[in-house]
Amino acid sequence: MHDAERVAAQAVERHRREPSQLLQVLVETQDAIGYLPAAALTRIAGLLELPRSRVEGVAGFYSFLHTEPVGRFRILFSDNIIDRMLGSRALMERLCRRLGVSPGQVSPGGEASVDITSCTGMGDQGPAILVNGVAVTRLDEARVERIAALVHAGTPLAAWPAEFFRVDDNIRRRGALLGADFVPGSALQAAMKRGRNGWLEEMRVSGLRGRGGAGFTTAVKWGACRDAPGADKVVVCNADEGEPGTFKDRVLLASQADRVIEGMTLAAWATGARQGLLYLRGEYRYLLKHLRAVLAVRRAAGLLGARILGESGFDFDIDIHLGAGAYVCGEETALLESLEGKRGTPRIRPPFPVTHGYLGRPTVVNNVETLAKTTLIALQGGAAFAATGTPQSTGTKLLSISGDCAYSGVYEYPFGVTIEHVLEDCGAHDPQVVQVGGASGVTIASHEFHRRIAFEDVPTAGAFMVFDGRRDPFEMARNFVHFFAHESCGFCTPCRVGTALLKGYMDKLASGKGAKMDLADIEWLDRLLKNASHCGLGSSAPNPVIDTLLKFRPAYERRLVSLDFKPAFDLDAALETARRMTGRDDPAAHLDRREEV
Amino acid sequence: MSDSIPMPRVRVATTSLAGCFGCHMSFLDMDERLLDLAKVVEFDRSPLTDIKHCGPCDIGLIEGGVCNAENVHVLREFRRNCKTLVAVGACAINGGLPAQRNHLDLGDCLQQVYVKRDGVEDGGVPDDPELPLLLDRVHPIHEVVRVDYFIPGCPPSGDAIWTFLTDLIGGRTPRLPHPLLHFD
Ligand SMILES: Cc1cc2nc3c(=O)[nH]c(=O)nc-3n(C[C@H](O)[C@H](O)[C@H](O)COP(=O)(O)O)c2cc1C
Ligand code: SF4
Ligand code: FES
Repeated sequence: MHDAERVAAQAVERHRREPSQLLQVLVETQDAIGYLPAAALTRIAGLLELPRSRVEGVAGFYSFLHTEPVGRFRILFSDNIIDRMLGSRALMERLCRRLGVSPGQVSPGGEASVDITSCTGMGDQGPAILVNGVAVTRLDEARVERIAALVHAGTPLAAWPAEFFRVDDNIRRRGALLGADFVPGSALQAAMKRGRNGWLEEMRVSGLRGRGGAGFTTAVKWGACRDAPGADKVVVCNADEGEPGTFKDRVLLASQADRVIEGMTLAAWATGARQGLLYLRGEYRYLLKHLRAVLAVRRAAGLLGARILGESGFDFDIDIHLGAGAYVCGEETALLESLEGKRGTPRIRPPFPVTHGYLGRPTVVNNVETLAKTTLIALQGGAAFAATGTPQSTGTKLLSISGDCAYSGVYEYPFGVTIEHVLEDCGAHDPQVVQVGGASGVTIASHEFHRRIAFEDVPTAGAFMVFDGRRDPFEMARNFVHFFAHESCGFCTPCRVGTALLKGYMDKLASGKGAKMDLADIEWLDRLLKNASHCGLGSSAPNPVIDTLLKFRPAYERRLVSLDFKPAFDLDAALETARRMTGRDDPAAHLDRREEV
Repeated sequence: MSDSIPMPRVRVATTSLAGCFGCHMSFLDMDERLLDLAKVVEFDRSPLTDIKHCGPCDIGLIEGGVCNAENVHVLREFRRNCKTLVAVGACAINGGLPAQRNHLDLGDCLQQVYVKRDGVEDGGVPDDPELPLLLDRVHPIHEVVRVDYFIPGCPPSGDAIWTFLTDLIGGRTPRLPHPLLHFD
């Protein structure tokens, strides 16, 4: 048997030949071999009794899985607009020069490859890269030079300076959640004292709404799952945090893991679930060891496992699943598909996960921050929780602040805080644009800085990117459009084709070949994406374009060269090959560039 | 006797660029409805009239994509003269069959056909100035000029063209019903 096949077989056995573990098997096989050779895929398919095409389909779906050899050092530059503003593109060019490789290629000796990847969630300490899947922060020229030397020397990652991998929490403002000490188990004890129903009632009183984006009332979700037929309920923690510019879940997982996991256990207490799954984005795999350690300590303390805190009938434990570079897997039904070892294609809803979720079982999916917040409700009661924030948006919100400000990092505010207040706190000197809620969020112009962070005004999953007068809102929108075109899962045509077309138009404008006609087409595409997409990715993909076209239209108009139409390519240059082949240079061998209609 | 002013007839021009004339054949497939059409339409430049240059028109129908310099000139002439320009058929909309050469290098293609091909002696790439030069790639027409409407199909059926034109001439936004809307 080949080495690759043996490694693959071992991974399958570690996961007890469970087809639902396919993604984890592929991740582990690749970890050992560097990529996924065809023989390994065939072996995995055979052992899991899955069609070969299904295994290949999954391997082909995730950006971090490779079916072709990649460099021994695979270096990916986070390509969010914030990393770019910090100079990531110039650093990438420098590294490519040093390694003798062009972006997207493997160096001739197979030693390294360099490419870009979607936001890695390090906006407060970028520019950031991933080296063989592990985050490296605060890149500068000196660090690039040292990395090039380490790669040339073939130094294994484990021997690289630890400083490279340092990820800071950068907590800048503490509120109810980040400001209080937490004794593991204390929230659980308080909730168990209230009984399962009493606990859910407390959740209802709190008015807690989901922090992952959609803002659904958590108690309603939990109640629906509890009441759904089926005894084998599941609690899922959504730690995919793929929205560009968001990194507050990373900080919670790093510094408040006990609260997050206790929150999952509290959800199990309310719903009767016995199984928990934490879906960790591949970019945060460096947190895996820490999270596993926290789980182990909690098991030893009787806070996980059978008969939690001695309560008979309260059994609950948690597994961690790794994602592999797919933003769409943050969408809860795509996430469930991914947990089941499939491509991350969003499901048709209804049925909703609360009745038909993981493997068809009733499932609660909650964001990391939502779950952490439930520990506050257990400890202080729902009414105390609801006393902060606004009536429709109770409690506090964590913001991930990055961009043109003096103090990037995580800030905790009561809901209802104004954008100008936040800007002042983070030391933004000349803010012109704030992108709230990430690429799919809302673009806020300076005349709107009085608006408030709240579900009823400016909702957000947590990103807060600041742009000053040097920045170009068009380039921000173009960066986000590239992100969506890259991350579209390809399942539905409006999004697959629409995001690609939108990207084409934005690039055409950027290259100085835009015409008024293109703006009309862009607006038409925006409507198409919004109305015809299958999931939230496609329907929010045009948001940055819609907002910037409305609020920063001159940033588009000044790129236009014609009031009517202009081809995206140079017609006369397109005749060059034929001119050369025929040796002609007569007037008919040219096309007048000015005579465009 | 009616005292309303007679509506002037709609002026239509048609042309085939890098296409196979399949779309024009489909146009003729409207059969006897062509006679109805002739009551409201008069033709300007078109293979049907043999008029060589387009004058001011209401509607221009374009078959085929853009593969050479002459296609560009003709297309621009149509755009300048037609109030409404319609891409008819797969080649006009996507480049179609001619665009299959887009993944080949034009230089290699010309070499292969005019110089290296078996049986060719003393070959050479034709360089007569009468011949239009080829573009390095075949483009759908909307990449070269602004286009107002698209009728998909390879070719679109006579029914589809008829439905589209009667809508357009009748002042209704053209909308092909599902059975007439196909891309092959
Ligand atoms: C394209 C897309 C990406 C998403 N990404 C995330 C994510 O990374 N983390 C998250 O918690 N929710 C994400 N969501 C929202 C989830 O679908 C879901 O609403 C959320 O996890 C529910 O948890 P909550 O009620 O606690 O907010 C995403 C939604 C969409 C449409
Ligand atoms: S909208 Fe985009 S991401 Fe969502 S299902 Fe369709 S193709 Fe996939
Ligand atoms: S010319 Fe009509 S379909 Fe190609």
